[in-house]
Amino acid sequence: MSDFLKIQGLQARIDADGTPKDILKGLDLEVPKGEIHAIMGPNGSGKSTLSYVLAGRDDYEVTGGSATFKGQDLLALDPEERAALGLFLAFQSPVELPGVNNANFLRTAVNAVRRARGEAELDAVAFLKAVRAETKHLSMSDDMLKRAVNVGFSGGEKKRNEVLQMRLLQPSFAILDETDSGLDIDALRIVAEGVNSLRSPNFSALVITHHQRLLDYIVPDRVHVMAHGRIIHSGGPDIAKTLEKQGYTQFLEAAA
Amino acid sequence: MPAVTETRETVEKLAKSSYEWGFETDIEMDIAPKGLNEDTVRLISQRKGEPQWMLDWRLKAFRAWLEMEEPTWAHIHYPPIDYQDAHYFAQPKKKPGPKSLEEVDPELLRTYAKLGIPLHEQALLAGVEGAEERLPIAVDAVFDSVSVATTFRKTLAEAGVIFCPISDAIREHPELVQKYLGTVVPVADNFFGALNSAVFTDGSFVYIPEGVRCPMELSTYFRINARNTGQFERTLIIAEDRATVSYLEGCTAPQRDENQLHAAVVELIAMEDASIKYSTVQNWYPGDDEGRGGIYNFVTKRGICRGARSKISWTQVETGSAITWKYPSCVLAGEGSVGEFYSVAVTNNHQQADTGTKMIHLAPNTRSTIIAKTISAGKSDSTYRGLVRMQPKARNARNFTQCDSLLIGDQCGAHTVPYIESRNMTARVEHEATTSKISEDELFYCRSRGLSEEDAVGLIVNGFCREVLKELPMEFAVEAQKLLQISLEGSVG
Repeated sequence: MSDFLKIQGLQARIDADGTPKDILKGLDLEVPKGEIHAIMGPNGSGKSTLSYVLAGRDDYEVTGGSATFKGQDLLALDPEERAALGLFLAFQSPVELPGVNNANFLRTAVNAVRRARGEAELDAVAFLKAVRAETKHLSMSDDMLKRAVNVGFSGGEKKRNEVLQMRLLQPSFAILDETDSGLDIDALRIVAEGVNSLRSPNFSALVITHHQRLLDYIVPDRVHVMAHGRIIHSGGPDIAKTLEKQGYTQFLEAAA
Repeated sequence: MPAVTETRETVEKLAKSSYEWGFETDIEMDIAPKGLNEDTVRLISQRKGEPQWMLDWRLKAFRAWLEMEEPTWAHIHYPPIDYQDAHYFAQPKKKPGPKSLEEVDPELLRTYAKLGIPLHEQALLAGVEGAEERLPIAVDAVFDSVSVATTFRKTLAEAGVIFCPISDAIREHPELVQKYLGTVVPVADNFFGALNSAVFTDGSFVYIPEGVRCPMELSTYFRINARNTGQFERTLIIAEDRATVSYLEGCTAPQRDENQLHAAVVELIAMEDASIKYSTVQNWYPGDDEGRGGIYNFVTKRGICRGARSKISWTQVETGSAITWKYPSCVLAGEGSVGEFYSVAVTNNHQQADTGTKMIHLAPNTRSTIIAKTISAGKSDSTYRGLVRMQPKARNARNFTQCDSLLIGDQCGAHTVPYIESRNMTARVEHEATTSKISEDELFYCRSRGLSEEDAVGLIVNGFCREVLKELPMEFAVEAQKLLQISLEGSVG
């Protein structure tokens, strides 16, 4: 299927203290099945908004354009329906859920998604086995399963917990919103490995980042430059290196 | 539409689905005429076959009640209660003991079934002969005002434990009842307590002798079942030196058009090194979504730690009633004694709750812990009201209080009213309070992981209440989570 993720002319705004503020201003993007794409762009270009709009956060108002995923109108679906369809967003700032046991949260999520996908739910034993295998893979301590979701987690632990969720939920399309921010080099390697090991002809990802560094570990098929709520340039992985050296100026000028 | 608005609407929608356990059992009743006067009190005492001292005690309470005024300090509002417009005594007509479940009034069995009481337990409750097999919980079912059946008396008797309807105890163990009844909540303690003392019709009596660890959890299912019958339960639990007991109180009520008054009194007495754990799950009918109907729940619960190092622990999950007025308290009179209060109070629609605790530290080195979780949704109003008092002799006494409020929607209210009185310089009192809403961030995070909004709210609420729920005995934990589901929405846990 060529139309795996297809975004056309997407416009979205947010209510900023009573005044609507346009953030996405006619964004076009296609990510075919099996490919990993990166989005880079200066602060305020709308990268995180794009990830939230795709995942279904409802304080953004979509004012134009379309987004389809696996042929379905993504924007018409609830966040949980998008998750069941195979979409996953790794949060830039993972949310803390006080008192909610991490293992319980993971199992509830996994089984909700499995139920929606028509798969059998995992019982406690099967789930524990699955989760233990993943935590080992991600060098996470079992202690993190017993704690409340993200509460008291270090920045690196939170990001690893995101990757853990991603691996357990087995998405076909993952959005990683600045997953590399706040990670030391070892954690970065582990997180990148977590993404790379999902690589398959059936898995795509959109990696949003500020830094070339992450793309040394997760080598994208294509890189898109985003500014002012639009994709202003697309190309091969080399673009990232150019950006790292020369900044966004040349692309911004070219687009102006 | 913002997620919180949606949540609120989902909550409201779910609340509209009729009260799951709102049904009425049609069993022949023996009902006293409406009204309350000395004759009513005499009638109740006579019907229960009580000795003269008990009648005198009731009359003393009744006369005190006549002189008292209904309290108005609580943050609750309701139309004046006409105490003359209610029945004060209702008793299912006695039939000879059935030989098997087939002989049991099918109406009664249907009631039990709707309550989810397992079949073998139903047989016990219905008094089927030979049904006393090994069960983990002893049940003293208060079916309306009279205990229909008391179970496990034999097993418990072997351990020396007395667990029976309080009316039986008045006849069979008058020396114990006379010694302890009204010693923690005196007849003239408060308006509703005095009313209860005058007209209580049943309740449970528990006596754990010295050194005995009660071999099972003791449990009561409360049902309010007769139209306009005020329910006045009286419970008295005594744990002698080094005795231990865990008591579970659970309640459901059928749906009603008119408000029903419930004014129970519970007294706990813990002697040296004794421990009493009293757990409540309460889901009486809260009224419809306009606030019509529903139970008025005015309860006096108080325990005294008389002996050194004794411990009383209250755990409650309150999801029901139109009005809840309830302050399970501990008087810490024994040196080094411990009082605990763990509470989850959920209000929805037009429910009102003014609940909390009192920790009265009389002796040195006493300790108390208060964890109160309040969840308000719909147009409900919830207040935590607590008193921590350190008396002059309470040297090195300590209290820790934590009150957390969670708001769902923007039309509900939560209030925290802590009173702290310290008359001893060495005593230490800590109070923490938070108020929060379920945030869009939390909901979106959960939903992006595939959880429905209902599941997400359930999970977050469950997490919010975790510190309290973990205090509940296993038997109750599941029921409590069910109640949170029914009261708010979605599957919890």
